[in-house]
Amino acid sequence: MPSEPALSLSGVNAFYGDSHILHDICLELPQGEILALLGRNGAGKTTCMNAIAGLLPRRSGRIAVGRQDISALSPEAICRAGVALVPQGRRMFRSLSVEENLTVARRAAPPAGQRPWTIAQIYDLFPRLQERRANLAGQLSGGEQQMLAIGRALMTAPRVLLMDEPTEGLAPQIVAEVGAIVRNLRAAGLSVILVEQHMAFALGLADQVVVINTGRVVERGAASALRADMSRLEEQLGIH
Amino acid sequence: MFWINGLLNSLAFGAILFLLAVGFSLIFGLMRVANLAHGAIFMLGGYIATSMIGFGFLAAVLAAALACAAFGGLVERSLIRRLAGRELAQVLGTLGLAFIIADQCLLVWSGDPIAQPAPALLRGTVEVAGVVFPAYRLALIAIAAIALAAIWLLVERTTLGARIRAAVDDREMARAMGIPVSRLFTTVFCLGAGLAGMGGALAAPVMSVYPGLDAEMLPLALLVVILGGIGSLSGAFVGSLLIGLIYTFGQMLLPDLAYVILFLPMVVVLAARPQGLFGRHMA
Repeated sequence: MPSEPALSLSGVNAFYGDSHILHDICLELPQGEILALLGRNGAGKTTCMNAIAGLLPRRSGRIAVGRQDISALSPEAICRAGVALVPQGRRMFRSLSVEENLTVARRAAPPAGQRPWTIAQIYDLFPRLQERRANLAGQLSGGEQQMLAIGRALMTAPRVLLMDEPTEGLAPQIVAEVGAIVRNLRAAGLSVILVEQHMAFALGLADQVVVINTGRVVERGAASALRADMSRLEEQLGIH
Repeated sequence: MFWINGLLNSLAFGAILFLLAVGFSLIFGLMRVANLAHGAIFMLGGYIATSMIGFGFLAAVLAAALACAAFGGLVERSLIRRLAGRELAQVLGTLGLAFIIADQCLLVWSGDPIAQPAPALLRGTVEVAGVVFPAYRLALIAIAAIALAAIWLLVERTTLGARIRAAVDDREMARAMGIPVSRLFTTVFCLGAGLAGMGGALAAPVMSVYPGLDAEMLPLALLVVILGGIGSLSGAFVGSLLIGLIYTFGQMLLPDLAYVILFLPMVVVLAARPQGLFGRHMA
């Protein structure tokens, strides 16, 4: 019997002010898999992530984590339900130290099915952060900030990680490191939605791929199938 | 002698201003709400303390602080959060509330100024190196210093404080990380109102309590926050001392120009550093 998806969206619409950005988005993220959400600039990828995280007040449709409907919940409650955002542009708490960034997000006793993380475990994952624990987050390099953004999200004890362009502006070596970490997290049982511009990176990691264009799903399938038919994907993404 | 006394009076007044302004600044920084009822809460604290003086000075101050904290929490839950993100509504709502509080105080405590005796222990003077200081004013300075240390520890060294700072940095991201920002707001509002009430109660022996005290103190709190920077603890402290100095010496030396002198540094700071001496740019 296939287990229920970690995260599912059905008929999700979202708005910024009066503009209708997402149209009837349906997708399912299976447990322990990585789903790459691809699309051109302005296709609605970040809007989709923000809608899941509850950051858009005007949204409709059903979003569920496991069996729990989270569509009407506040961002705080969605986070407690096990969905953690690694936002576009990192958005660290800049005037807090590295360690405080982790402490404020700490969820020590989550419900069953959500694994609690300690600061020591985050430092094991990112030794660089331990070296810079007393620094202000605003003083970190781009790569370190990305690690901190991932660490902060993990501290909330998520089941589902929403990663919005984690490789943006990073050097190739750091991109590879981030890729290895995402694989490790999947191996540890986390389910991940990965928004990326960096197509090779996303396809190398993902199990599933969903392509959206002007706020609608235009393509979906197993990553292996799409890797075999790159020309079709390139057409969808406007790469010629 | 003139200068030393002036300095002491400035510091004592700065101490009162700090208790008033620090809550105003935290509330402004965290919630983006300019709580124009803050001066009225200060006055309310003073009045409550005059009514409770029968139980002793300390009990009167504590009662004023607790009553104002509870009142602040009620105001936040019932009024402020309904006005989220609507600046004009916040200004009018809190100003209206200030009028209502002032009117109720007039009804309960009449229009005559009420003098509050200083506690017996602090009624005398202290002589240091041949200079005589009123003990109560020295105690005020000490209390403000202790309050500064306590608030600093709370904000800089506890998880609650880190969460408050996180919410000041990026409220939306704080919520997305599961931080209960709404509960933090109520907590900070209680804290700010409680400190204002305590400030009013502690100021009563120096300034006494009278109708119009609220409208006199509120602009000073605004000045402190503009000078020091919104949401900044050190800014509130330095700003309070500066305004205490300028206000006291201004009235002693150039009483006709006291208000000009008071607002002049604000103009300079706004021109040179619009975010305030210790402020960061608002996101």
